[in-house]
Amino acid sequence: MSHLSGSRSPGVHGSASLGGVLGSWGSGVICTILVVGATVIAQTKPARIVSLIPAVTEMLFAIGAGPQVVGVSAFDTFPTEAAARTKVGGLFDPNFEAILTLRPDLAIVYGSQDELIGRLERVHVPMFTYRHGGLADITRTIRDLGARTGHASEATRLADEIDAQLRAVRIRASGDTRPRTLLVFGREEGSMRGLYVSGGMGFLHDMLEAAGGANVMADVKREGLQLSLEQLLSRAPEVVIELRASDAWSRERQAREAAAWKTVGVPAARNGRVRFLLDDSLTIPGPRVGLAVQTIFTAIRQ
Amino acid sequence: MAVAVAPFIGQTPLQFGRVFSMSLPFSDNIDAQIFFLARLPRSLAAAVVGGTLAAAGVVFQGLLRNPLATPYTLGISAGASFGAMAAITFGSMLPVVGVTSASLAGALLAVMVVYALASARHSGLSTTVLLLAGVTMNSFFSALILFVQYLSDFTETFRALRWLMGDLDVAGYGPILGALPLVVVALGGFAWLARPLNLLSLGADAAATRGVDVRRAQRVAFFSGSLATGAAVSIGGPIGFVGIIVPHLVRLVVGADHRLVLPASFFVGAAFLVVCDVVSRIIMAPLELPVGIITALIGGPFFLWMLIRKRT
Repeated sequence: MSHLSGSRSPGVHGSASLGGVLGSWGSGVICTILVVGATVIAQTKPARIVSLIPAVTEMLFAIGAGPQVVGVSAFDTFPTEAAARTKVGGLFDPNFEAILTLRPDLAIVYGSQDELIGRLERVHVPMFTYRHGGLADITRTIRDLGARTGHASEATRLADEIDAQLRAVRIRASGDTRPRTLLVFGREEGSMRGLYVSGGMGFLHDMLEAAGGANVMADVKREGLQLSLEQLLSRAPEVVIELRASDAWSRERQAREAAAWKTVGVPAARNGRVRFLLDDSLTIPGPRVGLAVQTIFTAIRQ
Repeated sequence: MAVAVAPFIGQTPLQFGRVFSMSLPFSDNIDAQIFFLARLPRSLAAAVVGGTLAAAGVVFQGLLRNPLATPYTLGISAGASFGAMAAITFGSMLPVVGVTSASLAGALLAVMVVYALASARHSGLSTTVLLLAGVTMNSFFSALILFVQYLSDFTETFRALRWLMGDLDVAGYGPILGALPLVVVALGGFAWLARPLNLLSLGADAAATRGVDVRRAQRVAFFSGSLATGAAVSIGGPIGFVGIIVPHLVRLVVGADHRLVLPASFFVGAAFLVVCDVVSRIIMAPLELPVGIITALIGGPFFLWMLIRKRT
């Protein structure tokens, strides 16, 4: 889910003093400023964007707004140009000073960063507030970003492409039975302790369902939960998919983890249908989501 | 007392096994798997951890002659937690180091440092230095834990945090068997300690005049208590309150004689944690409430009530 901070009510235009503040920061961009209460929104194409969310950074680069991005979070690794931008901290430790030094005319922040949002409001930096949501929110965010950064047509094209990819997978998956699948994203190495799995909410769950899997934890309305061995056995998944972000496992490690699954008698382990997908694109709700769903589709049916 | 409690311990897993399967009907085969792979090792772990922590609490309270001492006072759990955190965060970079063995190694490190400090300038163990060194080690390892947490990514942070809340879902007998030799050695030490601890409670000098080798008794108490704590934490994480409320509860019932308090605390502690674990499993099913939250929620108010009651 994403939305602009503040509402876009037309009619109230201009504020000389605030315009002065922003004008002196930007690179000669004349800002038309809209004042709604205390919220300030710059309506022109931003030239200095700071994005604190890797998924959104990836979207910005995918819609052609990459050259406008001047600062990214410490966790940004994709695309490679994004990784080369100035790092300004992360979700819990945004570096306010580093952000200000970049003189941003648009800051993309996470909805829970209340303190940062308050501080950026005080210095009148326009913001785009984002929160992770489900699969449907990804294309909506891309369209919003396009409108906000002056890349509406590229954003529409990308969003349509992702929608088409997702539709294609859904059509391919619709005829088959839906294997009962467990989506794992954390576990103690070489054992069945500390299993972290997707519940029946959020983007990982949506990806699994779109790829034609029936999430065995769909009834637990949480994004993630720790699963006890007892629950694992009683839910008896037919397929297990382990997603690991950019965690390159050696061949030995893969063999060891596969052996760990053999210690429990769930159908997926008995039938050799435990899959390890080691790729950060699978855990980032960004523009690569269409491909990620295709990868999961293939993994479920192997 | 112990004899009266023992059969109760033996029955708990069976009893609750029946209760639990009524709310969730499984097919026969899975039922057996759940019982032998998930529930039985788990209840055993709860019993071993609860009993060991409670008995270790008695030993530390006796050694430090401080009713507020817990198995965690001397920084052993913080060392164990640091080991576990490091294994969770850096596990993928290191060769096979399990969380259990890493936490044991961390506990051992803390024990060595505290012992070296406490015996450095005294012929025996100075309880004051022990306490101060323990408190310092606690904050030092806490800082290291925070540092490791800072370096870890989200899923690792969740797992680490969850481990710190106590997790008895041992998923097999491995962790229990690994820690069992240490627990047995420690319990042997405890058995030997019962009489010396009674006399030590009169003060080190008084105990010495009655023929107690004070230095040896302190050393046995320190090492067996630490060993027990390290083993327990390596199985289930730093589960709080068992090591402090159970000994006090038991003393209320059986008096101050360590020959009764030690074994009774072991059995009551085992029963208490088994019950807490069952509560943690069923109260929010299919989710699980971390058992450390349950022990603290029950233990905290109970302990406060006891403190007030003692005054009046």
